[in-house]
Amino acid sequence: MATDTHVPERDRSGNGAGRPPAGRTGRGPTLRPRRRPGRRPAYAAGVGAALWLVVVTVPLYFLVVTSLRGSGDYMSQGPLAIPETLTLDNYVNVFQVGFPGFLANSLIVAFGAITLVLAVGVPAAFGIVRSRSRAVATTFSLFLLGLAVPAQAVIIPVYLLITRLHLYDTLIAVILPTAAFSLPISILVLTSALRDVPGELYEAMALDGATTWQVFCRLVLPLSRPGVVTVTIFVGLNAWNNFIFPLVLTQSESTRVLPLGLWAFQTQYGTDVPGLMAAVLLSSLPIFALYLFGRRHLLGGLAAGFGK
Amino acid sequence: MRSSSATERPGFVWVAPALLFFGLFGLGPVVIVLYLSLTSWSGLGAPEWTGLDNWARLVGDDQVRSSLGITLFLTALCWATQTPMALAFGAWAAGPQRSRAVVSSIFFLPLLLSTAAIALIWKAVLDPHFGMPARVGPMVGFDGDVLGDSTLALYAIAFIVLWQFLPFHMLLYQAAARQVPASLYEAAELDGASPFQRFLRITVPQLRHTIIASSVLMIVGSMTYFETVLLLTNGGPGNATRILPLYMYARGFVAFEMGYASAIAVLLVVLGTGLSLLVVRVTGYTRMTSQREGV
Repeated sequence: MATDTHVPERDRSGNGAGRPPAGRTGRGPTLRPRRRPGRRPAYAAGVGAALWLVVVTVPLYFLVVTSLRGSGDYMSQGPLAIPETLTLDNYVNVFQVGFPGFLANSLIVAFGAITLVLAVGVPAAFGIVRSRSRAVATTFSLFLLGLAVPAQAVIIPVYLLITRLHLYDTLIAVILPTAAFSLPISILVLTSALRDVPGELYEAMALDGATTWQVFCRLVLPLSRPGVVTVTIFVGLNAWNNFIFPLVLTQSESTRVLPLGLWAFQTQYGTDVPGLMAAVLLSSLPIFALYLFGRRHLLGGLAAGFGK
Repeated sequence: MRSSSATERPGFVWVAPALLFFGLFGLGPVVIVLYLSLTSWSGLGAPEWTGLDNWARLVGDDQVRSSLGITLFLTALCWATQTPMALAFGAWAAGPQRSRAVVSSIFFLPLLLSTAAIALIWKAVLDPHFGMPARVGPMVGFDGDVLGDSTLALYAIAFIVLWQFLPFHMLLYQAAARQVPASLYEAAELDGASPFQRFLRITVPQLRHTIIASSVLMIVGSMTYFETVLLLTNGGPGNATRILPLYMYARGFVAFEMGYASAIAVLLVVLGTGLSLLVVRVTGYTRMTSQREGV
């Protein structure tokens, strides 16, 4: 799909060289062939975007600045005032109220959910793309159906299952439903990654007499890598941000994950807003790192899953 | 397919683990919640069969009616604010300009924060004593307690949801807008169409599949407002922001009426899936064959 749309764009930039791009400054012959050229600027959208930029950045500025403000300064200075003195005390305090434990729990949940989703998801995607069996086609539509099931609406039966399995108040209790509810989109992303693999490759392996298992290991696993990266990021984010499953499936401090930790912090030390903001910022740092590492994959995968 | 391979194609066994797992923790619960809605259960011991008692109670419950109204209003409000903005910003960000890439990467930042984090940031920003409205409010004769005002609280939640989810939907539209054939814009430009006309006549129709996908995701996603509401207002002031998922949570995990809460949950599933299907039907998604008609 992507390749055939690029062709007219390339033609277009060839044409565009013949006449000047309408009303656009700062755009020379160094035009990149993949990008769409020659549109007049949309001023209304530009103004809207500038306004939204303010709306996005003001709370983020507040978050950073407040986390660096002393508790006393927060009360006396305005919420957006540039602080006179900066302090890291809030971050030190956060580490003393259980933050490392919550961080470890969140990491375990994210790692567990990612492993589980990939372990069952990649073989399933291979089956869905290559199988001709009717049962497999039905399975795929069941997963598509699962896309429409909101996790919030089934917390009571999930709670029932988890208590019956004697997993209540464990991290496994959080991992299982988190992974299950990430599975439909993950399978969608993985299948669309595998659908782009040309059939000739499978045929070539068949000529060599490879078994299905060998095809899976030598062809499917390496070629599904972009999908796997996307799914890893997607499931990781899901697990990291998950609130409702830990809320109803755990209760003790030893199994508390970060989002619940933030909530508990707010309930216990409600007036210590700088401390809370430091905790919020710290809890988001790993995701910032993930974003820097996998941004392109994340955006590409989301487009593959939904944009078609 | 023209494959003539001797190698066996993968069979059902390859999808079985995923199906089993998803069946147990994803689809199974939908069936179980239906069963639980016909029982009385405190969360401990065994559920007791009570037939349609919970459903009879549900029909007569004014709280359910008001929560349902708030839920639908909030979902509609969020859809009506997010869709046009995401569409416009997405199409804008799909442009080739470097500045747009930089600005949209800033727009994406809220995606990196958890719902809990976002709710807590906004709670601090909107704090009636030390937050922004406390400083700005008195200038316009307002006490600054946004979340304590039953009308404003709901709009504040819709705004925070917009702040949080706009980048995600913008991302969908941006990716889709990049796939619109440039030849369409070229033709429109030759005909002298303004940027706004091109947006309305080319971008929007070309993105109709994405509009449907994004709308469905918004409707299903409206359940996740639960967390935002729980952390910001816990349904208050009064019951002004008590959306249906929150009422279900309160019945189930605070009052321990799991059976009755399950009936509300079934209503939620029906509502979520029903609205999604409605979107798909009304827009004729299933009848569409090509996004490229007339190209």
